[in-house]
Amino acid sequence: MARRAWGALLSGSGNGVDHLLSTYNANGFYDELFGNAAKPASHSLSVQERLRQLDFDDLRRRASDAERELYNLGITFLVYSDAKAVDRILPFDVIPRIISAKEWAHLEAGVQQRIAALNLFLHDVYHDQKILKDGIIPAELVLGNANYREQMRGIDLPFNTYIHIMGVDLVRDHDGTFRVLEDNGRVPSGVSYVVENRHMMQRAFPDLMGDIGLRSVDNYGVKLLEAMCEIAPPRPEGVDGDPQVVLLSPGAYNSAYFEHIFLAREMGVPLVEGRDLIVENDKVYMKTTGGLRRVDSIYRRIGDDFLDPLAFNPDSMLGVPGIFEAYRKGNVALANAIGTGVADDKAVYAYVPRMIKYYLGEDAIIPNVETHICREPDALKFTLDNLDKLVVKPVGEAGGYGITIGPRASKAELEECRAKLLEDPANYISQPMVPLSVCPTLTEDGIEPRHVDLRPFAITARNTWVLPGGLTRVALKKGTLIVNSSQGGGSKDTWVLTEGPTEEPALESALVDPFQSQSQSQ
Amino acid sequence: MAALLARYAECIFWLARYMERAENLARILDVNETFARDSYGATNWVTIVRLNADEKRFFELYPTASAKNVLNFYILDQQNPTSIIAAVSSARENARQLRPLISTEMWAQINVFYNKLLAWGPNDIAPQNIQRQCAFIKEACQTHTGITEGTFFRDQGWYFYNLGRNLERADQTTRVLDIKYHTLLPSPRDVGTPVDISQWNSLLRSAAGYHAFRRVYPRGLTPAAVAGFLLFNDNFPRSVMVCMREVDSLLNRLNSKYRLRRGTLPLERSDELLGSLASQTIEAVIAGGLHEYLDRLQLSFSSLTSDIAQAFFHADQPATMTA
Repeated sequence: MARRAWGALLSGSGNGVDHLLSTYNANGFYDELFGNAAKPASHSLSVQERLRQLDFDDLRRRASDAERELYNLGITFLVYSDAKAVDRILPFDVIPRIISAKEWAHLEAGVQQRIAALNLFLHDVYHDQKILKDGIIPAELVLGNANYREQMRGIDLPFNTYIHIMGVDLVRDHDGTFRVLEDNGRVPSGVSYVVENRHMMQRAFPDLMGDIGLRSVDNYGVKLLEAMCEIAPPRPEGVDGDPQVVLLSPGAYNSAYFEHIFLAREMGVPLVEGRDLIVENDKVYMKTTGGLRRVDSIYRRIGDDFLDPLAFNPDSMLGVPGIFEAYRKGNVALANAIGTGVADDKAVYAYVPRMIKYYLGEDAIIPNVETHICREPDALKFTLDNLDKLVVKPVGEAGGYGITIGPRASKAELEECRAKLLEDPANYISQPMVPLSVCPTLTEDGIEPRHVDLRPFAITARNTWVLPGGLTRVALKKGTLIVNSSQGGGSKDTWVLTEGPTEEPALESALVDPFQSQSQSQ
Repeated sequence: MAALLARYAECIFWLARYMERAENLARILDVNETFARDSYGATNWVTIVRLNADEKRFFELYPTASAKNVLNFYILDQQNPTSIIAAVSSARENARQLRPLISTEMWAQINVFYNKLLAWGPNDIAPQNIQRQCAFIKEACQTHTGITEGTFFRDQGWYFYNLGRNLERADQTTRVLDIKYHTLLPSPRDVGTPVDISQWNSLLRSAAGYHAFRRVYPRGLTPAAVAGFLLFNDNFPRSVMVCMREVDSLLNRLNSKYRLRRGTLPLERSDELLGSLASQTIEAVIAGGLHEYLDRLQLSFSSLTSDIAQAFFHADQPATMTA
């Protein structure tokens, strides 16, 4: 809640965080630390109190130490400028975003429900296609989609799971309602920042988080490995030991390489590149110092197109020739499955609430942002009539590209958008501009509200597990709503709280997990 | 037994080599500051360029072999593949590939070290600062060694790391020795003079071997004794003998402990090399020409490296019969 204290704003005295928070004003947006007048955030009171006790210069110093540490530890992504690769950090804001136990229980159930529906949908479209026959989703939207993989028709997967690793982009509107903005069911990234941001906060601000019932994000790697083993094909008679799991990366010059390293380390499995693998007799092997060694389960961070030059893009140098055939025969597991892109398409997204109803007979626990599917004439007309109030998105793009934000667009930009819409309506959806919630954020001028979103991560093999946390992305530029790292966004640590102060042990330790006998140590 | 990806084995071998190389380059530059002075106190930096057979590349980039140019060429010039920054940069690129395998502390230290060198300007490597900066580089490399010793998991990767380190160290010891004996051949009138003696002193000090040498030879210092010490001493950590004994034992253990059946060829080579070192005397070496002997050693290190690569790093390819 924006705190009154207009007097303090003018007084200009004080160097404490207390003073800055007293003059803080969320400008009518829902605030992640304070809530709003109707729903003050009582769960964050103890953190608010601790923040107020900090000295502002101290806060700034600890924040800049934290950023330097990220750089030194190489928690970076590569940016290419002047043909040189430069390491950049994802800017990190030290003021955490806090989610109550009740809010989280709701989000967790919503994410699980959504993933269940999307997996049922994928199994359906690659088998009987009932949902298309029943006219719930236009068949051409699915079958004509660039990410639909005809090669996957009739292939059965363990537990009928296609999306093993999922990231759901959520936003929160002016009254604090969480809504799904986008699904990421191909190769979602960002989970390494969830864990590393927490490590950073533990080092820099142990005084903020002690004793508040903060849920741990430490066991993501254990859960991921467990899922990779669950989906591995059964080992042949007489072969002992755990399945050989690997992480397949495009290599050290990929911008997400840090995350690949992070996940391989957390799982304790080799990080391989395409050149480290070879397919013989429809079985996948890795090249080791002792010769070839069988691989059972692959967490791949390479898109469908580049995975196998024999089955997909023939020009790919990153993939492994023949791997699709090995996969098709059930000799190796891949996560995520091939062809999941048809489920996280922006146009298909609009149908997910109907999908949930169709497969599960339930209403969506987390609603979508109101979406107009421009391929439908009424929606197109509505969009054209309200162009200056809507956000228009092309369905094929990622990373915030090609978006027209009506209220911010010039006349010329609106006309350009109108022309594109008329030319190819099926390529667009439109949504009202969501007044994204804000969170107090350290800026040049003090502490100011900045817009945030939230990407929780979930892992599914037999069951779905949702990491209690998520990537909070923050639009660091004043007033901007686009949080993507490619467009100047940063991130914050996301704190999910337990119900009571000590009801649940804060550390969900990997040590108590029965699954810990993975033998490979590379 | 955990398998090691062949690419990782190759990267870890070269990571160790490049860090060892950076340390030794700093040692050579440090020594050269002394060596480059003739008996009249003037310095001649072209000798170090000649020693490395870098004249062609050097003079394409620089008009004269001034102290400033030579130091820049060997410390900060990224265009020069034999510069310290190029070695550290290569070490860092290997470490980047190895980040899933090595400790975070190993990566962070190399990363910070590289970025520090990257930020150095001409003033940092001015001749009057050179000993301090060489000390910094040596210490950063030794910090790497210490962090590795204390944090790197002791499985196959550790063996490949130490193979690389010891092979490079043996190779570099032959090169330091060559500076003194080949390019800086004492003119007959200088032999035994204070300049000559002080250069041998410096040579030993550059390899951190002065005190060790004194323990073995408390009373005298002859060129032959120093050369023999650096080549054949059984206990000095930078002697070719100690390094090759370590290489041989590492290859042995890779064969027995990890059953890497293709390791037989490099092991045979290394046995042979060790045998020939053990049967040599420094007197015989000097009689036959020290420089020629050092050359032959360097060649055998290089073919041992190819054998190791063939056996372990390209293990998916059929073994070819090399001589």
